[in-house]
Amino acid sequence: MLRLELRPEPSRLMMFASPMLAALAMLLTGSILFSFLGQDPLQGFYVYFIKPATTLYGIGELLLKATPLTLCGVGLALGFRANVWNIGADGQLTMGAIAGGCVALYFQDVDSAWILPLMILAGALGGMAWAAIPALLRTRFNTSEILVSLMLVYVAYLYLSYLVHGPLRDPDGFNFPQSKMFADAALLPILVEGLRTNAAFLVALLLTVGAWFFSTRTFAGYRMQVSGMAPAAAVYAGFSEQRNVWLAFMISGAMAGMAGVGEVAGPIGQLQPSVSPGYGFAAIIVAYVGRLHPVGVLLAALLMSLLYIGGESAQMEMQLPSAITGLFQGMLLFYLLAADLFIHYRFKPAHSSATRATPVSRGEIAS
Amino acid sequence: MTLDHLIPFLASTAGAATPLVLAATGELVAERSGVLNLGVEGMMLVGAVTGFGVTLSTGQISLGLLAAMLAAMATALIFAFLTLTLQTNQVATGLALTLFGVGLSAFIGRGLVGQTVERLPNLSFPVLSDIPFFGPLLFRFDVLVYGSIALVLITGWMLARTRLGLIIRAIGESPRSGHAIGYPVIALRYLTVLFGGAMAGLGGAYLSLALTPMWVEGMTAGRGWIALALVVFATWKPRGVILGAYLFGGVTVLQFHGQGFGLAIPSEFLSMLPYLATIVVLVFISRKPQTILLNKPMSLGQNFRADH
Repeated sequence: MLRLELRPEPSRLMMFASPMLAALAMLLTGSILFSFLGQDPLQGFYVYFIKPATTLYGIGELLLKATPLTLCGVGLALGFRANVWNIGADGQLTMGAIAGGCVALYFQDVDSAWILPLMILAGALGGMAWAAIPALLRTRFNTSEILVSLMLVYVAYLYLSYLVHGPLRDPDGFNFPQSKMFADAALLPILVEGLRTNAAFLVALLLTVGAWFFSTRTFAGYRMQVSGMAPAAAVYAGFSEQRNVWLAFMISGAMAGMAGVGEVAGPIGQLQPSVSPGYGFAAIIVAYVGRLHPVGVLLAALLMSLLYIGGESAQMEMQLPSAITGLFQGMLLFYLLAADLFIHYRFKPAHSSATRATPVSRGEIAS
Repeated sequence: MTLDHLIPFLASTAGAATPLVLAATGELVAERSGVLNLGVEGMMLVGAVTGFGVTLSTGQISLGLLAAMLAAMATALIFAFLTLTLQTNQVATGLALTLFGVGLSAFIGRGLVGQTVERLPNLSFPVLSDIPFFGPLLFRFDVLVYGSIALVLITGWMLARTRLGLIIRAIGESPRSGHAIGYPVIALRYLTVLFGGAMAGLGGAYLSLALTPMWVEGMTAGRGWIALALVVFATWKPRGVILGAYLFGGVTVLQFHGQGFGLAIPSEFLSMLPYLATIVVLVFISRKPQTILLNKPMSLGQNFRADH
């Protein structure tokens, strides 16, 4: 029999190893699932997890889908570190897409290099405005930001649906619920000819570095980290919780909003009833798998992007249900949370428990 | 607005409220024992798809309801194992459960889209159901509408008047003291989380077997989250759940009856109402810190590990 024992200090090795362990466990479970679905597990594994990354086009798609995941994930991670739970990134993304889309449609006939920056700015502001609601209600009325930000996701979806069915519908669009296609000046430039990866990926990289700088090299970032790791110490030091909440929501809202612009000014090219297959929710997983660290988030976004693309290719080539992607996503986070156990604990044979050194009592492990 | 519109409106309110009553009551019990499970939405979806699938293949709605409860309990068990045994963060794990439930239900339900089953039949009471006005308003619902209200009353009685309820409340306030007295804190929390899972599953199955007898991906549309908000609205007291759920039920069905009432608003804006109402209600409840402080279980969301 083995029993769990508290480590004297958290294992740094496991901090890095646990996302890998989780990914590995997910891959294994996935392969088993493939064989249950009557497929050759090895072939399923290859088609799902390897093949998408073997062609240049596939890598381009990988970066394309990793872009909104990185943008949302990096922003959310900043907040999660400070115990601020913005889970409404998908709504902020949608509002950003609407704001950016409105700029594009308003300047439909203008061909100027200023349109794209203006769209990105509008998207960031749209996301921030939507994120400001939970931030305001939390700081002013102590209302749960989890529930408010989540509720606003549905409101944003419905608002977009209203716009493309009503005021923004393309009059020449055969009554399809979509806006006009954006003009060329309102589309993000493609990075490599033949691929769909666009400049939004560079923006995401830039902001990832920016977020890293913010959280490790600025006092505001430091305050947020302390508030997450040791709330009592943060209060004692006089760090304002309200400021953290606002910062977290403004940053993650702006980044999610820009992700929305990246979608409508990128692969979509217009406003549609839905502009995100749940990137804002998948970004929660991305943030955790990335250890809430900007660089980790970038890597995790690539893994999550692979899950999306692998799901599509498995559907096309092996008729596997595309819904399997969502299953893998959820599974990945479960495995990660379980593997994180070994950051603080280790297995020990039970019989030697009598001689074990009693560590500092930590009965209640607050989050 | 006429009586012809009012009766169907009020009657369908009960249908919309019932899944909320069920899911919120289950979550309430878990929260009273100190466990915050944000996975209600995921568990409801798993219940909805399982209940529908089993009913479709067996033709037995009771089997479907049972299977829905068991399936949702199984996912609740994952949550319980992670948070209670492996001590993972409850917020993160609950989010994971919701995301997992969304994915799992879409995966299970891929062959079920577009099919339909006979919906949970409405009961008919001799004489009572035929009373004008009150008959359709009170005595023509299905068994789960009445059952959910009974569940709330029984749960309220259990929490307030029984030994088990006292212990559940005690470990929700102070697991350390409960443990010191000798109560099996972790085992009890497993029980309450599983109960929460069963009720969320039943609530989900009510959606796919009674309210709209079919399976659609993501058909809960945030009801699991509204149920979580209802627990706060009810200040962790079961009776409040009924009031809240029927209020929200009314707001939810308003969109289908809006035209009858002469509301000329785009349907999307009417559909926003339940979500906006949730926010407004949450603000009103949490505005006064004392209300929350006095009623919220002290150890809510915090893990407990017994040091022997």
